[in-house]
Amino acid sequence: MSEPRPRLSLLGTSALLFEAPGETDHETQAMIWALSKEVQSWDGVREAVPGMNNLMINFSVPPRALERWEARLQDTWRTIKPLPLQGRLIEIPVIYGGEGGPHIDDVIAHTGLSIDEIVTIHSAPIYPVYALGSHPGYCYLGGMDARIATPRRKVPVLKIPGGAVSIGGNQTGVSASDGPSGWNTIGTTKMEFFNVERDSPALLAPGDSVKFVVQEVRR
Amino acid sequence: MIEVVNAASLATVQDLGRYGALNLGVGVSGAMDPMSLAAGNILLGNEENAAGIEIPVFPFSVKFRTAVNFTITGADAPANLDGFALLPWWLHRAEAGQTLTLTLPQSRRWRASRAYLCVQGGIDVPMVLGSRSTQLRGAFGGFEGRPLRTGDCLPVKPSLALNAAFGLVPPALALPLICDGVPAVRVLPAAEYQDYTSEAQNALWTCAWKITPQSDRYGYRLAGDPLQPTHPLELRSHGIVPGVIQVPHGGQPIIQMRDAQPSGGYPKIGTVIEADLWRLGQAPIGSSVRFVRCTWDEALDAAADNTQWLYHARRLVALQTMRERAA
Repeated sequence: MSEPRPRLSLLGTSALLFEAPGETDHETQAMIWALSKEVQSWDGVREAVPGMNNLMINFSVPPRALERWEARLQDTWRTIKPLPLQGRLIEIPVIYGGEGGPHIDDVIAHTGLSIDEIVTIHSAPIYPVYALGSHPGYCYLGGMDARIATPRRKVPVLKIPGGAVSIGGNQTGVSASDGPSGWNTIGTTKMEFFNVERDSPALLAPGDSVKFVVQEVRR
Repeated sequence: MIEVVNAASLATVQDLGRYGALNLGVGVSGAMDPMSLAAGNILLGNEENAAGIEIPVFPFSVKFRTAVNFTITGADAPANLDGFALLPWWLHRAEAGQTLTLTLPQSRRWRASRAYLCVQGGIDVPMVLGSRSTQLRGAFGGFEGRPLRTGDCLPVKPSLALNAAFGLVPPALALPLICDGVPAVRVLPAAEYQDYTSEAQNALWTCAWKITPQSDRYGYRLAGDPLQPTHPLELRSHGIVPGVIQVPHGGQPIIQMRDAQPSGGYPKIGTVIEADLWRLGQAPIGSSVRFVRCTWDEALDAAADNTQWLYHARRLVALQTMRERAA
């Protein structure tokens, strides 16, 4: 029996999307990080960008011989060893509920849990940063407890503020700047995730981890 | 310095884009019509990537505080300098104190919606993460990370006297692409193309897609036959590029443009090829666009056509400059 193969697809001539098979997990993400590091050094690659168990490979010069290039990518994946990134653990103080958490009632209604239970469950795990994306400094986190999963909002909110801690489906995250979002905002933090004046503008990188610390619960 | 005298809205400083910061969550930004920006810079003897002003809403006017050589490329927006009419796609000079005004683009000769004002030496805003383009979501780059307002003073270097007068034929005329009388762009199928019904696939290639008023630098929302998948699609967040045609649940596609977020999770039915993004970037709201299916090789050939056009433009300008010097 052969294992399911990763899926390759085109994003125009700008990039190739590599999607690992199977459920989203940390082991696969460590292989994506390894593949990203390897492919970044290939000729014609501008930037390799990890997503959630997938990798976008942006071309500076798209290869004419695409099939040979894809075969090389599949071969590399078969032999790659996971790159277990061990970054920093960053604590993020959060005020849950109140004005900064306008959708906590929707999470309460959907999950049937109390605000205290939601806060306890949300602030318990150490969340690994899988990838950055969406907007400057934004992190895709793994490891949210499925008990507080809440569907994305039917009508996206036009502007949620930077620092909004929110739940969308079975993921959680923190907006790094003001912008539209379809997620449910349950709290807020003053932590600054992106500052272009800093030597490394993004606070977090793949392999870092996040722990939400309860600063206050507003009922 | 050039002072913005009347900015209706949404004019921004752009170069050809910010590449290499996707791993920080930073999208590419850059000119919606990179061919026009590059051409304006070529006429001025600038690097093609020098920053100019992208103008999507008219009227727009600036007062030159310094004597500057400039070009207006992109849309055929009637322009005047202190009341004297100017040719588009032509090299001009403004003396200190003169006012340049651009008005609503005409579509008699070519259909386009955005004009580009380039100046010799480029708009001299600081380079941020490798680019001078405005990053609207991150509020950095360009001029103070935001669209221009009346009263803004943009740094430019004074230009030497202009002793040549020449222009270029716009790529909209030199490299036309029309399908059944409708302006077209070429598309490569994307990951979820096979997950759409044959009716949806057929509609993608035959419908004249209308560009709705909810269209801007972030994305174009299109109206046409709804595109339905054969089964519900749930995707993990992944990187995307300008040109990706996403299909939200309602079935009306959205093309991600230069200020789009660099990752997403909606199903992708296709991607407008990079070589045709300039055509799309100029498509006016309310107009229609056709998608023409192409192969990988055809898409790379299209990119080579653009490169060839720019190479030809550089040669023409170099020849003309030599002639002027010899005269």
